[in-house]
Amino acid sequence: MTDIAGSATRVADIQAAYLAQARSKRVMNLILIVIFAALLIAGFRTADRRNAGGFWDGLPNILDFPADVIGEAIERAHLLPGYLIKYLPSLIETINIAGASTLLGAMAGLVMSLLVTRGLGPVPWLVGPLRRVLDILRAVPEIVIALVLIFMLGGGPVPAMIAIALHTTGALGKLFSEVNENASLRPVEGLASVGATWTQRMLLGVVPQVAPNYLSYALLRFEINIRASAILGFVGAGGIGYDLRNTMSWGAGKFDEAAAIFLLLFLSIVAVDQMSSILRHRLTHGAKPGEIHR
Amino acid sequence: MSAQALHQQTRRNFNRKRLMSFALPGLVLGYFAYIFMAFDMAGLGVRVNLENARTLVSDAYSYKTHVTQDNRTGAVEIAIEGERKGAYAPGTAPGWVRLGETSEIDLGGGHVVTFGGRVTYDVPGYGLVMAEPGAGGVNASLPDGALPDFISLSKNRLMVKTDAGRLTVTRNRAEVFKYSLGWELFFFTLDSPYHGMSPGALFKAAVNGEAGAIWQGFVGNKMWRHGDVGWALLETVLMAFLGTCGAAIIALPLGFLAARNFTPLGGLRFAARRMFDFLRGVDGLIWTIVLSRAFGPGPLTGSLAILLTDTGSFGKMFSEALENVDARQVEGITATGARPLQRYRFGVIVQITPVLLSQVLYYLESNTRSATIIGAITGGGIGLLLTQAINTQKDWEEVSYYIVLIILMVMLMDSVSGWLRRKLIKGNGGGH
Repeated sequence: MTDIAGSATRVADIQAAYLAQARSKRVMNLILIVIFAALLIAGFRTADRRNAGGFWDGLPNILDFPADVIGEAIERAHLLPGYLIKYLPSLIETINIAGASTLLGAMAGLVMSLLVTRGLGPVPWLVGPLRRVLDILRAVPEIVIALVLIFMLGGGPVPAMIAIALHTTGALGKLFSEVNENASLRPVEGLASVGATWTQRMLLGVVPQVAPNYLSYALLRFEINIRASAILGFVGAGGIGYDLRNTMSWGAGKFDEAAAIFLLLFLSIVAVDQMSSILRHRLTHGAKPGEIHR
Repeated sequence: MSAQALHQQTRRNFNRKRLMSFALPGLVLGYFAYIFMAFDMAGLGVRVNLENARTLVSDAYSYKTHVTQDNRTGAVEIAIEGERKGAYAPGTAPGWVRLGETSEIDLGGGHVVTFGGRVTYDVPGYGLVMAEPGAGGVNASLPDGALPDFISLSKNRLMVKTDAGRLTVTRNRAEVFKYSLGWELFFFTLDSPYHGMSPGALFKAAVNGEAGAIWQGFVGNKMWRHGDVGWALLETVLMAFLGTCGAAIIALPLGFLAARNFTPLGGLRFAARRMFDFLRGVDGLIWTIVLSRAFGPGPLTGSLAILLTDTGSFGKMFSEALENVDARQVEGITATGARPLQRYRFGVIVQITPVLLSQVLYYLESNTRSATIIGAITGGGIGLLLTQAINTQKDWEEVSYYIVLIILMVMLMDSVSGWLRRKLIKGNGGGH
């Protein structure tokens, strides 16, 4: 009997300890949430104070500009098809910037990823330094490289292409090397045993295994790069972003053209998103959906 | 199937494979050829401005000091980068300039320039270049022989450009540039009492109660504006933080609306999903433009632009995560008699928290980069400082300073978000 009584007190002890633990965890969570909320509010107030126009003053005006643009677009709706055709070449240039830079970046990223994967890299001591190189390539915003290159090469699509390609190399190099780590080494060993060179081992042993994942990541990158190339156009690197800035700086009266550009940009982004999402789904059937790395 | 047919089929497959392995590189090559034409790469050689590239690179690691003489009054001014902010007080000079009736400027390596009524430049291995600027022009006299290519001379202008520095003489002015390594006046400007102090002396002064003044001197540096730069970095991080967290907070309830297993109403689900697509499709660039019309330039506009775009991305991802929730856990919680709110709290939220947190933290890092870009468009944060510095086209040392800071900032955010991810997701127990 004493045994049972003893175990009962032990159960009570355990229960008390558990409740105390749960309570302290809850308190910790509460503190974390309070700190987070305080940071958020303080951050919002700081941003509001340092902004040219305040949040509450600007809120009523938020629809003024879209209303102007849509108003002018409707007023001159008959001109819209003409504008869509007029700005189509710029759109194609923007898409070309994204396409070329994604291709270049994917090819450079492929080579880099094979060099920085432990167990695959031909020069083990280069793995660490090359990873840092990829980190730096990823950390530099495209706009930095683009602006510097525009200064040296003049405006146009080439600076944007180089800038986005460099960033893409960094981003895809890392993702590809994560994919490579999951590749089976057996084909590589088999190829090595028949005397294949490193290039042959990689090209015939690794790449066929992981090509679908590569493609899926590259497509995702293409989506991101279209947005990036539109933005870079806005700072002077050609394409539809450049036209957008020009029509915007004319102010009212050209907003119908701005509306056409908005429409083109929106439609192409949505179209590319949809196409790439369908393609990616087909490529990595069974892979976890919705995981987006940028 | 006979062995013959199998053989045939294999051969066909092989041929197709072989064709593919040639066609694919061919396609890529063809595309690049098209890009080469479309982007006018051949014309790039003409457009490249090598002079710009050279100033950019040399300015990034060196600076020049201007020593200028007004030939009419004989007054000599010394200023770093020729800026008022970097001017030496009258009567003071760096060690390599000796002020006097005829000032002597030692450019190093035997190159000596003297100012006065007569300007001379002793170029080692060539001889003495002299000029007596006056009414008739610069009246230069050079050593005998052909004019070397580092000297350009006309009636009213003499320019000597050597590795040590540059001398320009016109009728009104004589000016010497001396190039030095490093970033000039990075810590303190010349008017600060702490300029030129050694780190040891500075530390001693700081211990003796001058730490505040030293900090003020550094932050208030007029040349580099460390205080403003610090604020700009903070604004950029703030944009990323506010935008990402705000988007996550807004997207969570909307994500429930768009998830099939939580919203039986098809119409509502459809509306929520189309809203996410719209927010994402319009893209940060357009949101930035629209918002900056209402709120003006600044960090708030940037935060809201990030918030709107990412509400779309998060909403889509959250709703997908919610659709993948394991229903058994929710049933288990229901079996204990939990109310609906408790069912959500302990059955659903617990399951999706790790996924959500890891995505939000990934975005926090990548949005730091976006915030730099948005800042350059709308005018706020470090992006604005960077575009301004690039547009002036002369302060390339500041451009390189900002670039280094941006890279450090992004890498810091990367490691912070990685650390938080490990910390929070492991601590939560319910994660992967």
